[in-house]
Amino acid sequence: MYKLGRDSWLVFARQMGLLLRSPAWVFVGIMQPLFFLLLFGPLLKSIPGIGGNPYRFFIPGLLIQLSIFSGLFVGFSLIAELRLGIIERMRVTPVSRLALLIGRAASTVLLLLVQGILLVVVALPFGLTVQIGPLLLTLALLALIALGFSSVSYAIALWLKSEDALAPLLNLLSLPLLLLAGVFLPMDRGPRWLLRLSQFNPFKWATDASRALFAGHPGDPSVWKALIILGAVAVIGVTWAARSFARAVR
Amino acid sequence: MIETEGLWKSFRGRKATVEAVRGVDLSVQEGEVFGFLGPNGAGKTTTLRILATLVPPDKGRATVAGIDLRRSAGQVRRNIGYVAQAGGTWDQVSAREELILQARLFGIHKGEARRRATDAIEAFELTDFADRHCKTYSGGQRRRVDIALGVLHRPKVLFLDEPTAGLDPQSRAHVWAEVRRLRADGMTVFVTTHYMDEADALCDRVAIIDQGTIVAEGSPDELKREIAGDVVTLGVNGAAEKATDLLRTEPYVRRVEPADAMLVPARPNSPAATQLRLYVDEGGTAIPQILRLLEGAGLHLASIELHRPSLDDVFLEKTGRSLREVGD
Ligand SMILES: Nc1ncnc2c1ncn2[C@@H]1O[C@H](COP(=O)(O)OP(=O)(O)O)[C@@H](O)[C@H]1O
Ligand SMILES: [Mg+2]
Repeated sequence: MYKLGRDSWLVFARQMGLLLRSPAWVFVGIMQPLFFLLLFGPLLKSIPGIGGNPYRFFIPGLLIQLSIFSGLFVGFSLIAELRLGIIERMRVTPVSRLALLIGRAASTVLLLLVQGILLVVVALPFGLTVQIGPLLLTLALLALIALGFSSVSYAIALWLKSEDALAPLLNLLSLPLLLLAGVFLPMDRGPRWLLRLSQFNPFKWATDASRALFAGHPGDPSVWKALIILGAVAVIGVTWAARSFARAVR
Repeated sequence: MIETEGLWKSFRGRKATVEAVRGVDLSVQEGEVFGFLGPNGAGKTTTLRILATLVPPDKGRATVAGIDLRRSAGQVRRNIGYVAQAGGTWDQVSAREELILQARLFGIHKGEARRRATDAIEAFELTDFADRHCKTYSGGQRRRVDIALGVLHRPKVLFLDEPTAGLDPQSRAHVWAEVRRLRADGMTVFVTTHYMDEADALCDRVAIIDQGTIVAEGSPDELKREIAGDVVTLGVNGAAEKATDLLRTEPYVRRVEPADAMLVPARPNSPAATQLRLYVDEGGTAIPQILRLLEGAGLHLASIELHRPSLDDVFLEKTGRSLREVGD
């Protein structure tokens, strides 16, 4: 356990170092939600069913979107590392295989949390309100999503081993997940079948939970449901990825 | 130091199954530089990856540093260093940072890791560039960093996969010097190469691998001595067939072969197709006789060359193909 923690820390520290050395990506990661906030948010004012302040509807969803994307696309950096021979070099050392995953996923989660908090802070002047307890719960939810999805992304990357195969698959996967999560518009306004379909999407639960939390209802059933569902997704993702890391990587 | 028995590995692809390694038996002694020589695709990397615990073999057994590969892969890892052909460093990180991280991954604490990195930088002469990002290094510099990373934890066995492929002669010499230094320190080095001069110059013993099986094993001198006699290469100006017929029946000629020609049917006009390779008992006495015979038959030689058998001749003898042509 000590070794796992120590090795994870080493991998995490290296990944953070790399992140900070390519600040362009950190910058883009922060700018994208800001663009949504500034250029898309105002449109929501005229949409019925959203309630008084559109940002109270929109920011919780945007946070979910941010966490899906920040998790899902980490596979690309892993493929680059595979190509550079870095993974192979690590695998010949006694480093814990699980640490290779945890260190990487942790750096993704930390980056996401920083981005998420920034987004919330920027949105406060627009009329967003939130209490500290529910905010922490929301951040926990986001961390679960990023953990689960970065793991899934790593596992797929280790399986496909090529950007050319990974890119279309992730695009194919991310768009319906996002649309069916009701990030942009309320799902219950649509046709019944669409709503029914969206209920199979774990992120629909996450979006609902996130909105309930920002609205100040931490007791809402969607909150514990989302935590359980996404906790399960994270466990499955981490298990899958940990196995992939342990197995032979070309 | 390394013993293998019947190692076997095949890769199942979408279209066909590739049998990369087909029953490799090896024995590497402690403290030697062991060369694994073979053309591209022969199965060198796959064998190395099996021995370095990266891929499990389908069949066969192996011990590395006296430890069973299958039973205690983790224990093997503590005793080996592995330098892949691709290297394995991040672009935006310096050699020093990589060395420190590598030491720490082996469980060495921070202060000691720093010290080891500094020592390695000195020993491998990385001082000039150790604090620059790896992407700025030349091919030779990168190789030295890779090797330094591979031996930082002082392994008993070092695996090097084609350490000089694509390097200029000077960097090559530098890498060879590092390998010799490691051997002098008592390390066992297992190095793959498709350059026979490298196997010849650097290795105490060599195993020649072709299509997944070992075709010869021994010291370079032993292997060459197996092909007793000398090799004469004749430039025959397109009269290869006639010259072959004439020479074949001479008592001092053991074998006549078009030099490399069987490999280049696609290139009938290549200069190789006009050269013959003769294996003779003794070059010094054979040459005058060859000259007399061919001149007498009205054949004019473009060139004649006498040389001691090289590892390439050994490869040719064992496989019927030339390493020069199969390689690359
Ligand atoms: N992971 C793999 N999947 C499929 N085929 C492979 C894999 N690794 C190696 N091969 C095939 O196995 C054979 C031996 O390859 P390799 O061991 O890399 O040879 P060498 O290192 O001697 O050039 C080649 O035909 C190669 O294409
Ligand atoms: Mg190879």
